[in-house]
Amino acid sequence: MDLNTSGDALAREPETVDLAVIGAGPAGMTAALYGARSGLTTLLFERLSPGGQCATTEHLENYPGYSDSTSGFDLAMKMHAQASAFGVRTVTEEVTSVDLSVTPNLIATPFGSYRARTVIVATGATPAQLGLPHEDELRGRGVSYCATCDGNFFRGRDVAVIGGGDTAVADVIYLARICRKVYLVHRRDKLRATAIYHERLRQLDNVELCWDSVAEELVVEDGRVAGVRLRNVKTDEGRVLDVAAVFIAVGMRPNTAFLAGDLELDQSGYVIADEMGRTAMPNVFAAGDVRVKELRQVVTAVADGANAATAAADYLDWRK
Amino acid sequence: MSEVISSADFQSKVLEAPGKVLVDFFATWCGPCRMLAPVLDEVAAENAAVKVYKVDIDQSPDVAARYGVTSVPTLVVFVDGQVVNQTVGAQPKQNILALLNA
Repeated sequence: MDLNTSGDALAREPETVDLAVIGAGPAGMTAALYGARSGLTTLLFERLSPGGQCATTEHLENYPGYSDSTSGFDLAMKMHAQASAFGVRTVTEEVTSVDLSVTPNLIATPFGSYRARTVIVATGATPAQLGLPHEDELRGRGVSYCATCDGNFFRGRDVAVIGGGDTAVADVIYLARICRKVYLVHRRDKLRATAIYHERLRQLDNVELCWDSVAEELVVEDGRVAGVRLRNVKTDEGRVLDVAAVFIAVGMRPNTAFLAGDLELDQSGYVIADEMGRTAMPNVFAAGDVRVKELRQVVTAVADGANAATAAADYLDWRK
Repeated sequence: MSEVISSADFQSKVLEAPGKVLVDFFATWCGPCRMLAPVLDEVAAENAAVKVYKVDIDQSPDVAARYGVTSVPTLVVFVDGQVVNQTVGAQPKQNILALLNA
C-alpha cells in the first residue's frame, strides 16, 4: 500500500517566509502571534497538537486573569486560534533539522522543507523521567513532574518528592505548605540545591529527608499511586512510603537535539540566549522553556515569545 | 475527527474489516491523547486506504482489556482483523506512518 508520506511541500521549491517558529507551546504561539501582527509571514511548526506542556496541564491556576477552572488545553487552544486569526499558518510536522549555514535558513521535516529569514526556537523541554516501571501510565494518576501544577490535588495528603536539586527542594517547600507530610528522596547524603534552600528546608517540621535512597517501585492501588518503595543504597534496606503522589524532579531535558550543535547550548542543553531571545546567530532566537532561564512557567514563556518575535522583526527591519 | 466506535462496532469495523485499520485507544481525561488527536485526523485524511477509529477506554473497557491497554494513548494497527503493530504515547506523524508501514 502506498501511504501518502509526501505532504504538500516536497514536490515544489521550498517556500520562503519571514519567520519560522519551531514549537507551538505558549512561547511559540505568542511569538507567532506577535510576528504575524508585525506583518511577518509566519509559519508555526508543531509535531503534535498546539499547546506543548501547557496543554497537558489539567488546571491552570497561576496564569494571571484566568480562574481556577481553566484547563491548560483550553488556554492553548485560545492562544492558537488567536495566532491563526492574525494569519499564522501552522504546519503539523516535526522539524528534524535546521540548516543555519544557508540564507534563508533551511528547515526540514520528514515531509518537506521550508526556508525562513528568521527562526525562533521554542521547542520547550520535557521533564526527565525516573524510569520506574509503570511511571508513564501513572502520570496524572499520582505521578507528576510539576509540583506547582498538581500539588493542590494532594492537599492534606502525604506525598514524596524525588530528586536533590533546586527544583526538587523548591517542590518540597511548596508542597510542605499544602500537604500533610512531604518526603524528600535523594540518592546521595547531601543536596545539590543551593544553600538558601537548605535553611528553608530545615525550618519545615512536616518534611522528612530520605538520604541515600532510590525509588525502586511505585505501589499501585485501583490504578493510582498508593506508595513508593525505596532502597537505601548504603545499607540496602527497603522501605515503603505510603504516599498519594510521587513528584519526580530529576531535571528537565530540553528539546534541542534537532539543532545538531548549530546553536550554543549550556551544559544541560538549553539554548543560550538573552532576555530578547537573541542567540549568537543574529537571525535565530530562542523563547520559552528551551532558553536558559530561572523560572519556566506559561507566563514567562509567553513573555519570551513576545520578546523574541519583536527582536526578529527588528532584525528584519535593520536588514532592509 | 476520527470516529469513536463502541464495543459493539468493534467486531464489524475492525476485526472483520479488510485491509488496514488503525485504532487509537484514548481517554477523554488524557492530555497526550488530545495532543495526538489532530495528528491522527491528518493521517486519516491523507491516507484513504487506512481506516482510523478511536476507542474510548472508559466507554469500552472490555475492548481495551482484550488488547492489554494499560496506558493511553495506545495505537494498534490491524490488518484483516489481526494485530500487526502497536505503540504507546503521543507521537508525530512520521512515527505513525512508520507504524502503519512496518
